Amino acid sequence: MISIKSVSKSFGSGARRTVALDSVSLDVPEGDIFGVVGQSGAGKSTLIRTVNLLERPDSGTITVNGRELTALGDNDLRVARQGIGMVFQHFNLLSSRTVQGNVELALEVVGVESRERKRRSAEILDLVGLGAKASAFPSQLSGGQKQRVGIARALAARPRVLLSDEATSALDPETTRSILELLRTINQDLGLTVLLITHEMDVVKTICDSAALLEAGRIVENGRLVELISTSGSRMARDLFPLGAPESIPGATVIDITFSGGNADRPVIAQLARDHAIDVSILGAAIETIAGNQAGRTRLALPGDEMTNAAAITDLRAQGLLVEIVGGESA
Amino acid sequence: MIDSSSPDFWSDLVDVLLLGTGQTLYMVFFALVFTILIGLPIGILLVGTERGGLFEKPFGSRLVGQILNRVLDFVVNLGRSVPFIILMIAIIPFTRLVVGTFIGPTAAIVPLSLVAIPFFARMVEISIKEVDPGLGEAAHSLGASRWQIVRKVLVPEALPGMLLGLATTVTSIINFSAMVGVVAGGGLGNVAVTYGYQRYSTIHMVAVIIIIFVIVMILQGIATHFAKKFARTSGGGSRAEVTERKMALGTPGGV
Repeated sequence: MISIKSVSKSFGSGARRTVALDSVSLDVPEGDIFGVVGQSGAGKSTLIRTVNLLERPDSGTITVNGRELTALGDNDLRVARQGIGMVFQHFNLLSSRTVQGNVELALEVVGVESRERKRRSAEILDLVGLGAKASAFPSQLSGGQKQRVGIARALAARPRVLLSDEATSALDPETTRSILELLRTINQDLGLTVLLITHEMDVVKTICDSAALLEAGRIVENGRLVELISTSGSRMARDLFPLGAPESIPGATVIDITFSGGNADRPVIAQLARDHAIDVSILGAAIETIAGNQAGRTRLALPGDEMTNAAAITDLRAQGLLVEIVGGESA
Repeated sequence: MIDSSSPDFWSDLVDVLLLGTGQTLYMVFFALVFTILIGLPIGILLVGTERGGLFEKPFGSRLVGQILNRVLDFVVNLGRSVPFIILMIAIIPFTRLVVGTFIGPTAAIVPLSLVAIPFFARMVEISIKEVDPGLGEAAHSLGASRWQIVRKVLVPEALPGMLLGLATTVTSIINFSAMVGVVAGGGLGNVAVTYGYQRYSTIHMVAVIIIIFVIVMILQGIATHFAKKFARTSGGGSRAEVTERKMALGTPGGV
């Protein structure tokens, strides 16, 4: 649905030239909620702004819904943008217009006539749960309500794609959750493809199907969440289940076991202790629902060095679990 | 010397003041109309032709944008720095070309507009720069055209600030309209000079001052009222106040 091909972008020139995006390629399948994570300064904002060409890339192509935006002229680009909604961190609502007026702006731009605008804006405000606030001004709303207006405005012209530029970063945790739920509902009910950027792993965990990790303008990891978490050494998986830095325990082997999908509810540890007669100690554990599946990671300490525990580890791997040895006695 | 005990004095005074007030309002009204019609687009273009602005590349060329920006900026600075009395006299040939004469209230509208346009254009520029750039960006993302962004986003959002700017502009137009009267324009300025100064009539002088003061207060009051009203509905009270403070720093050129 969204296809970004070797997009590069830099700002400034000469010695002060900074590369924001370095040959970034991404594919967002239709109907997906795709999250791009990264620290501030990684180039996330630049990336999402190149998708609707608010920022024109120096090189590379952007294709959305089958149209190559980077090849379009000004007028065609405007029309194409009408099919791509965008939600902003700071909401960007017109203070001179009511909630309804803000939503109608999107329809005025497209050229919808007045009566239809009223009907459509009422409908979409109901969808985001703000039907009762239609005649309020943005200054009278809370942050979460403002973002709902922002979402309503982005959806008014029935786009196929929604871009979310840190939509929840200015909101408190509870409001964040309700906005994410709304995005999920929209994605499911309207079949909308969502590309979002965030610096919060929680956002990815809560709603994303796929994710990419952006670092210094490059994509470091990229894939479906279910697959990423069972990928050995995945940075994103480590961030999804924060167990802290690996520790070494004298006389023991420390391993991380990742459960996902079908094996999440099996009594793996009890079995391990029984079958191999090991005194397993649990150092840490994190269980999450990721992309609708139960998944978790447990850190265990097994007495003895790696060699002693080789059989047990092989057995665990044979059960389809991802086992990483993070610390232990060097044999 | 006017004889204030003559039986016709008071009715003459009323006639003279009514005519003067009417002429002043006529000059100020039309000068204001032209100021808005011309000053508003210039102010918008001043912001728009800056780097990264909406009209940064007119006809697809950044160079044209840069030149336009420099020229507008120069003209606005020139217009604001030439003292009004000199401007008024210097443009007499132009006034004659436009109106056919350089004497009378109608002719006075030309120099009054010319002095107020650059001033108001700066006010518009300041107000538009106060608008959050994120709003233009949001409109872009919706697929709005430049013209739609100007009409539906920039102007409505900058309205409270522009109204305050307009209030200041009106005051300076009234101020200069009195000076026009001294030369040839008519209006209350003319009354003050021909009766108050040349014929030593203190009553005329005091009456003119009071009338001008009342006109300024009323117009200022109206403009401020609407500016506050729009700023309140939009919750941008603080923004309007900031703009007001900035405006207070910029006084019109001339005297």
